[in-house]
Amino acid sequence: MSALIITVALGYAQIALATAGILVGTRLLKGPRAQDRVLGLDTLYITAMLLFLVTGMRLGSMFFFEAAMVMGVIGFVATVALAKFLFRGEVIE
Amino acid sequence: MSRLIPYPFVSFLLLVMWLMLTRFSLGHVVLGGALALVAGRAVAALQPARPRLRRWRLMPKLFWMIFTDIIRSNIAVAWLILTNGRHGQRKSGFVLIPLKLRDPNALALLACILTATPGTAWLEYDSDEGMLTLHVFDLLDDEQWRHIVQNRYEALLMEIFE
Amino acid sequence: MSHLETIPVWLAVLIAFFVVLGSTLVLLGALGFARLASFYDRIHAPTLGTSWGTAGIIIASMLMASYLEGRAVIHELVIGIFVMLTVPVTLILLGRAALHRDRTENSPLLPEHVLTAHRKKVQAEAEAAAEAEARAEAEPEQKLPVEDAAEDAAEGRNETGAPS
Repeated sequence: MSALIITVALGYAQIALATAGILVGTRLLKGPRAQDRVLGLDTLYITAMLLFLVTGMRLGSMFFFEAAMVMGVIGFVATVALAKFLFRGEVIE
Repeated sequence: MSRLIPYPFVSFLLLVMWLMLTRFSLGHVVLGGALALVAGRAVAALQPARPRLRRWRLMPKLFWMIFTDIIRSNIAVAWLILTNGRHGQRKSGFVLIPLKLRDPNALALLACILTATPGTAWLEYDSDEGMLTLHVFDLLDDEQWRHIVQNRYEALLMEIFE
Repeated sequence: MSHLETIPVWLAVLIAFFVVLGSTLVLLGALGFARLASFYDRIHAPTLGTSWGTAGIIIASMLMASYLEGRAVIHELVIGIFVMLTVPVTLILLGRAALHRDRTENSPLLPEHVLTAHRKKVQAEAEAAAEAEARAEAEPEQKLPVEDAAEDAAEGRNETGAPS
């Protein structure tokens, strides 16, 4: 019984997060401006991170947690660098 | 003490994080503690402005306020997205808010609170004039938002930090 | 799925509730992000997913891992705290960058009072710079003789200093 409840909830979560990723991806492709794309990339990183966490829960594996954490760190650094780029047009001053 | 552990709070948080990511054991306490001390020295090299907390006791009140506000604004923004902005009635807008708060740590905390809460986004702060440009998702009344930021958050943060 | 069968039903319901809450909020945030019209509206949508969306999934993951391992597993909190701290930073940076870009283009997205406040400041800065320039232009006439005198003095010292 409890396995059924959790499996259904996790399945729903996986579908919802994947749909969210697709929605964010359409905005990422559509733009219209650079800041929309950067914000889309940041949101996509976080959605993918949460999808990894949910998948890890479903498979009962620790490795997804590590991957999710690395993803969060890289997403942050990438977005900050891109935002800086939007500001000045140069990453390194 | 202050030369060996320049930032005790930062070092303590790093040790806690190390123990959370690994299993709790004596070896990890020693290793994490050593890393936290080295990292504390590295932070000292950056010379950040040391926060002066005047009133620790108000911190739980602040965190409780943030917690309830985030839940409330989550519901409000989710509802606005679901109903397509009250069927096209929703208007967003920019609000200019003069701030009296000057402590950089308190300002950073205020910026994080306002941005983490769905519905408000901190866009820019002019440190010469103390003028904050805030974007509000569901703007009904400028004056109401000025009142919320100045009396609800700024007053409490000033009491804690200044 | 045998490892899930050991979880009591009440805990399973609680975990399912948090997972569904979190993922629904992320989905709503993404929906808003895809549908809203202007960038400044869209910047609000992802915060749904990063505040309670992330919190819900992390709470569920912590509950499940803690029960299955028989000890308090709280390392998910690190991700939660990390997201809570970094997302505002990126959003503030992006907001400022967007505002900066729209201002330099005089974008119609920005209302008049945001533009005028900035224009006044830029004007004041330009005036201050012009004033400083004018002062710098007026000063060299007084300054140059002093520099010449100093150079003469230095040369003189060298000349007198070299033989000895």
